[in-house]
Amino acid sequence: MTTSRTAAASQDPTDPATAKNILETIRMIEEERLDIRTVTMGISLLDCIDSDGQVCRRKIYDRITTRAQDLVATCQGIEAELGIPIINKRITVTPISLVAAASGEDDYLPFALTLDAAAKEVGVDFLGGFTALVDKGRTHSDKVLIDSIPQALAATEYVCSSVNIGSSRAGINMSAVAAMGRAIKQSAELTASIAGLGAAKLVVFANAVGDNPFMAGGFHGIGEADCCVSVGVSGPGVIKRAVEKVPGRSFGTVAETIKKAAFKVTRMGQLVGTMAAERLDVPFGIVDLSLAPTPAVGDSVARILEEIGVERVGAHGTTAALFLLNDAVKKGGMMACSHVGGLSGSFIPVSEDIGMIEAAGMGAIGLDKLEAMTAICSVGLDMIALPGSTSAQTLAAIIADEAAIGVMNHKTTAVRLIPVPGKEVGDQVEFGGLLGRAPILATSRCGSDEFVARGGHIPAPVHAFRN
Amino acid sequence: MNAIMTVTGNDHPGIIAAISTALAGMGVNIVNVSQTLMGDYFTMIMQCVLSEDAPDLATIQTRMKDAGERVGVVVHIQSEAIFDAMHRL
Repeated sequence: MTTSRTAAASQDPTDPATAKNILETIRMIEEERLDIRTVTMGISLLDCIDSDGQVCRRKIYDRITTRAQDLVATCQGIEAELGIPIINKRITVTPISLVAAASGEDDYLPFALTLDAAAKEVGVDFLGGFTALVDKGRTHSDKVLIDSIPQALAATEYVCSSVNIGSSRAGINMSAVAAMGRAIKQSAELTASIAGLGAAKLVVFANAVGDNPFMAGGFHGIGEADCCVSVGVSGPGVIKRAVEKVPGRSFGTVAETIKKAAFKVTRMGQLVGTMAAERLDVPFGIVDLSLAPTPAVGDSVARILEEIGVERVGAHGTTAALFLLNDAVKKGGMMACSHVGGLSGSFIPVSEDIGMIEAAGMGAIGLDKLEAMTAICSVGLDMIALPGSTSAQTLAAIIADEAAIGVMNHKTTAVRLIPVPGKEVGDQVEFGGLLGRAPILATSRCGSDEFVARGGHIPAPVHAFRN
Repeated sequence: MNAIMTVTGNDHPGIIAAISTALAGMGVNIVNVSQTLMGDYFTMIMQCVLSEDAPDLATIQTRMKDAGERVGVVVHIQSEAIFDAMHRL
């Protein structure tokens, strides 16, 4: 055997510490479900704009299928080489309300179908960007897009939609909030045969970010370059295992433990993103530090909170535990990457997290506690199944509450609600795959119709006198 | 490229022979080896260098997985980059 200098300088398994590290990494991947949740290519479509809608759509199709033609194969190569799964390969594009505006068309369903065809052609899991940004006001194009959302989500497989209805700078566009309540309701109704899944591909934001690699709310912001790749990491299992090793220890120790584990998880994101960017010959965008759960056992954010000490997620203390977790993940993750962005917080989707599903099923957590939790972490009320009879006004009022938290606290908040047709409180709904399953949660028995009917704008908050 | 291979399973004669023979057949050089027994549980970590004409890592993985299965052990082989990234600043 000969030992090359470079080999000896790096991972020498005869060094016990190195051997321990190697086995730790493999255990994280094999047993603790460490994976890369997504490699997302952001593609600008601004120069596809054309006054002829058909020409515009052809340019969009060509742009996506050219830019992203090697995305999936490249990611698969990286998966094999590093031995770490990359669960989703995705694309985000410039908000379609901007790209389609010049076409003057009054229905954007054809644009959604074009995006769907392009996504299918390149083999990605999702494509986000059927999007409008209306925090201050709505253009004609924004209105057309929002009206097209229910049909677009029902007619496509891969397309995801998002609408930004508020910002700390502009306040909350309540007319748009009301429209989104209706869009969610219709999206669920048009996809009633598949449990209202259309609504699961629709996110309503306040303070939306243009570099979010996660779905369904990802889009390629107008401040972004022509093309880039960004990465979303996962790894709740790794964090939970780390916290298991410090039972009964003080919060300082817990925070320190989470930081170290988050650092390791995030380094994977940085490595995969760097490799993907190099091989696809596009700039590396950002690593999103979000802890993203899946419904699989051992991949739950709720379980980390329970490991910190609450009996079930939703018990008193949950918000504080989430605050610690969210902050420690960021502190550990920021050191691990060159560029951090996106949503970067702990996700608490109800249907996609086994601990959340269980807690909601036994009544340990409800909409009110979930809302409180969103005040200190991204990303908001996520993947929450509601009774099919929930009115568009109630949905809008929930959006308004969530947006208020984001706008007032200078953070991103999002709402992804599914009013499941034909289901009532106490029922369970199965979405399948990464979207999981969820018990139907109760909304308030009291209405908000007059509140929503006012329309107009809630002004931006004052940024002094913060209390 | 440098790669790290781990081999785990119940100990019995012939594991190292089977693994190193399979690697040699693909032009993969072993530069460092650490091997321990925890009870009857065999754990080996190898640092390997892939020669220019070696197959790509995905192919090596498939063949080594098969080679491991034939002698009842689990084999992982990954680019060293992942361990460098996670454990070194």
